[in-house]
Amino acid sequence: MKSLLATLALTTALTLPGLAMAKPVALTTTLNNYGGDGAYLALYVTDASGAYVGSLWMAGGKSKYYEHLSDWYRAMGGDTAQVNGITGASVGAGRSLEITLDLADALFDAGYTLHIDAAVEDMRDSPNEVAVPLTTDGAGTPVTGRRYIASFSYDM
Amino acid sequence: MIRTLHRWPGLLALVLVTILSLSGAVLSVFPAVERITAPQAEAGMSVAVLVDGIQAVYPGVEQIRRSPSGRITAYWFDQGAPGAAVIDPATGAGVASADPNQALRWLTNLHRSFFLGDGGRIAMAAGAAAMLVLSLSGAVLVARRAGGWRHWFAPLRGPLAGRLHVEIARIAVIGLVLSSTTALWMTASTFDLLPDGGAATVFPADVSGEIGFTLDQMPTLRQTPVADLRELSFPYPGDATDMFTLKTDRGTGYLDQGTGALVAWADLTGWERASETIYMLHTGQGAATLGLVLGMMALGVPAMGVTGVLIWLAGRRGRPRIRGNQPAGRAETIILVGSEGGSTWGFAATLHAALTAAGQGVHVGPMSGFAPERYVRADRIILLAATYGDGAAPTSAKGFLDRLSALERAPDMPLAVLGFGDRSFPAYCAFAEAVAAAAQAKGWPELLPPDTIDRQSPQDFARWGRALGEALGIPFELSHQPVLPKTDTLTLVSRRDYGAEVHAPTAILRFALPRVSPWQRLTGARFAGFQAGDLIGILPQGSALPRLYSLASGRRDGFIEIVVKKHVDGLCSGQLTALEPGDTVTAFLRRNPGFRPGRSRAPLILIGAGTGIGPFAGFVRSNGSRRPIHLFFGMRHADSDFFYGEELPGWQAEGRLTRLVTAVSRRARPHYVQDALRGEASQVTALIRNGAGVMVCGGRDMAAGVAEALAEILAPTGLTPAVLKAEGRYVEDVY
Repeated sequence: MKSLLATLALTTALTLPGLAMAKPVALTTTLNNYGGDGAYLALYVTDASGAYVGSLWMAGGKSKYYEHLSDWYRAMGGDTAQVNGITGASVGAGRSLEITLDLADALFDAGYTLHIDAAVEDMRDSPNEVAVPLTTDGAGTPVTGRRYIASFSYDM
Repeated sequence: MIRTLHRWPGLLALVLVTILSLSGAVLSVFPAVERITAPQAEAGMSVAVLVDGIQAVYPGVEQIRRSPSGRITAYWFDQGAPGAAVIDPATGAGVASADPNQALRWLTNLHRSFFLGDGGRIAMAAGAAAMLVLSLSGAVLVARRAGGWRHWFAPLRGPLAGRLHVEIARIAVIGLVLSSTTALWMTASTFDLLPDGGAATVFPADVSGEIGFTLDQMPTLRQTPVADLRELSFPYPGDATDMFTLKTDRGTGYLDQGTGALVAWADLTGWERASETIYMLHTGQGAATLGLVLGMMALGVPAMGVTGVLIWLAGRRGRPRIRGNQPAGRAETIILVGSEGGSTWGFAATLHAALTAAGQGVHVGPMSGFAPERYVRADRIILLAATYGDGAAPTSAKGFLDRLSALERAPDMPLAVLGFGDRSFPAYCAFAEAVAAAAQAKGWPELLPPDTIDRQSPQDFARWGRALGEALGIPFELSHQPVLPKTDTLTLVSRRDYGAEVHAPTAILRFALPRVSPWQRLTGARFAGFQAGDLIGILPQGSALPRLYSLASGRRDGFIEIVVKKHVDGLCSGQLTALEPGDTVTAFLRRNPGFRPGRSRAPLILIGAGTGIGPFAGFVRSNGSRRPIHLFFGMRHADSDFFYGEELPGWQAEGRLTRLVTAVSRRARPHYVQDALRGEASQVTALIRNGAGVMVCGGRDMAAGVAEALAEILAPTGLTPAVLKAEGRYVEDVY
C-alpha cells in the first residue's frame, strides 16, 4: 500500500491555478502473470489535447531504464527528474500496486486522461498500456491493459 | 600482508563467490546456445528489407529488436491481442516463442541479486569486489611463490591442495579479474553511479504530420544493415505526431512516418560505448565464445575455495599454541621464527617445549620483531628461518635483515641459525643462508654452525637438537611431529639381505599391503594409494620419532617395499633389519609429490647410490609405457651390495630400463656414481638437451657430488643444475 498524501503538490503541473480543492483518490493496478521480472510503470496525465500535464507515480527505481517507458519518456523530453519523490519499487508479475493521491477535483470530467506506460526487462515495451479518461462516473470501473495490466481502476 | 589480504576475503566471501561463479558458469552457456539456435540474417540484408518482410506477416508490428546474438524478435498487436515471436529474417515469420526463458531469468536474478533486490545487488557486488581482491592478491602470491612474474607457469611442488589451488588460479585469474571488474562496473552503472546514461535525445518538435510513407523506401532503413540494428519502434497507430525510433550500434534516431526522413540523430556517448563493451565482456552476449571461456574459468572458483580452506586448515594445524611463552625480557633463550605458511612455528613450539622442560625460560616470537635491546637476560638467540620463493624473507621475518644491518654492533649472546626448506627448490634455505652471512659479517658470535632442515624432516631436526643439547650442555631430544598421522600395522612377507661382506648390512624388506576400508580406497587415503618415491614413516619401538624411508614400490605392485641399511646404533634400522617374515611394524604413509617421475615421455636420468636405488627400482618396475630410463647406480661391491641385481637385467630385457651404468667404489681405483656420469658426459648432455629429467636419490655427499659433476658436464651447453631445478627437471631426494 503506497499512501501518498500531498506529494502531488510537488508535481507542480497538477496543482493548477485556482484548483484548491482536492480529494484522495486510490489507484489500483494489478498485473497479470506475464512471466517476467518486475514491471516498470509510469502513471501520468494528459489533457484533452493530448498534451502532457504531469506525472502521478513511477514504479521502478533505476532511471537508466526509464527510456523504455517511451511515451512518458518522450513527454518528459528526457528530464526524468520530474518523478523525484514520487518513485517506488517496480511491480512483480501478478502483484498489485495501490497508491492513494490527493488529486485536484478539476482533473475530473474535464477531458483529462490517465495513462500508464509499462516495460519489463527482456520483454516488450508497452507505452500507453492503459489510457483511461478521468471522470466521476468512471471511478471504480476496472479497465484492462494491453499487455501487462490485468486491471486498473481509480476510486474516490 | 598480502597473504592476510588473500585469506580473509577468501574465507568470508567463500559462499558468495561460489554462488556467483557457479551461476555465472551456467549463465555463460546461454548466449552460445542463443547464437547457435537463433536464425541469422543474411549478410548485407538491410533493415528496410527485414522490416518490410515482418510487416507483411504481422501488420500490427510495434517493435522489432535484434539481440547481440543476432536473434530478431518482433512484438505486435493483432486485433487487440499482444503477440511476440523470434523471427526468421528470411521469411519475416515467427519461428519460436519470444517469452523469457524462465531458467535464464531465475539464474540471472540469483547471479545479480540473490533474489533480494537492491540489497542483494550490493551484496553480490561485494562478492565481486572480494573476487577481485582475491584474484589480485592471489596473483601476487603466485608470483612470489614461483620466484617472479617471469616464472608464472613454473612447475609446482608441495602438498596437493596447494598445487591444485595455484594450478587452477594461474589459468583462471585472468577471467576472474575480467568478470569481477566488469561486474563492479555494471553494478555502478545500474545504480546510476556512472555517467553512461543515454544522451537525452529530444524528440523532434516539427513532424510532417503525415503518415503512410512506405517502410522499405525509407533511405535510413535501406542504408542500415541488419547487423547494426538494435531496435526499431513503430509510431503509435493513428498518431501523426509520433515517429519511428531507430536504435543501432552507433546511436538513436527518429524517422518521420510521412516523409521517411531522418529527423534527428544522436550518437552513442563514449561512456555508453564503454558500458556496452563491458556488458558484452561480462555476459558473453555478442561474444559467446569469450563467455564460455570465462564460464569455464569461473568453475575454478569452487575448487579454489575448497583447496583454499584446506590450505588454511593445514596452516592452522601446523601452528600450535605455545604454552608458557616467556616475555622477551625474562627469557634466557630467544627463539625467533621466520615462517611463511606456518609450519616452522610447529618446530619452534617443539623446541620451546623441550627447552622449557629442561628448565630454561624461553621466548618465541617472529623474526620481524627482532629487538636485541629487549633481550636483557638472554644467553642465546636461535633463529628458525624458512625461505619464500627465490630466497626472499618469509612473512614473519620481514625487515629482519634491515634491523640487523642497522645495529651498531652484533649482540653478545651467541646465535644459532637453522634453515627450513625443500632441496628440490633452487633457493634451498637461501634466506637462512643470507641471515647467517649477515650475522657473520657483523661479527655475531656463533652458538652452532648454521644447519638446515629438508622438507620438515623430523630426523634432521632431532639431529640438530642433539647438537644444540651438546652446545648447551643439556641432553634433550627434539621429537617433532608436524601432524600426527594415522598409522597402520605392516607385516613383513620377505626379506633379501646384502652387504654383509662390505660391512654395510642392508635388507630389501617387503611388507604385505594392509587392509583398506572402502572409504580409504575411494579417497586413496593412507596405504590405499601410493607410488614409488613416496615416503613411509616407521615408528620404532621405544621412540615417538618416526624415521622416513623411500618406498621402492607402488600400490599397483601389491606390496610395500623399502631398502634399509643397518646403521651402527641405529634404533629404527636395527629393528627393521632384524625383522623376520611374520613380524610387524607400525608405519604411516607420507606422500612425496615432489619426487615423482611424472607422466612426461621425455627420457629420465636416475642417479642413486646405495639404498637410494629404492624408489628408482619402483619407477623402473612400473615403467609399463617403456619410457627411456637411464639408471646410474653407485655401490660398494658388485658381489655384495648390488641391490636389485637380480631383477635389473630382466627389466632391461623387457624395455622398462634403457641403460644401466654402475659405479663400484671398493676397488683399487674407487669409482663413484658422479665419476660414472662424467664417463657418460656426452650422452648425458644429449639426453638433457632433449628434455630429459634428472632425479637424484641418496646421501647428501653423493647428491652434492652429482650436482657438481652435472654442472661440469653441462657447462658447455649453458645449462646448470639450478636452471634445471627451476624448470622442475632436476629433483632430489636426499637424506
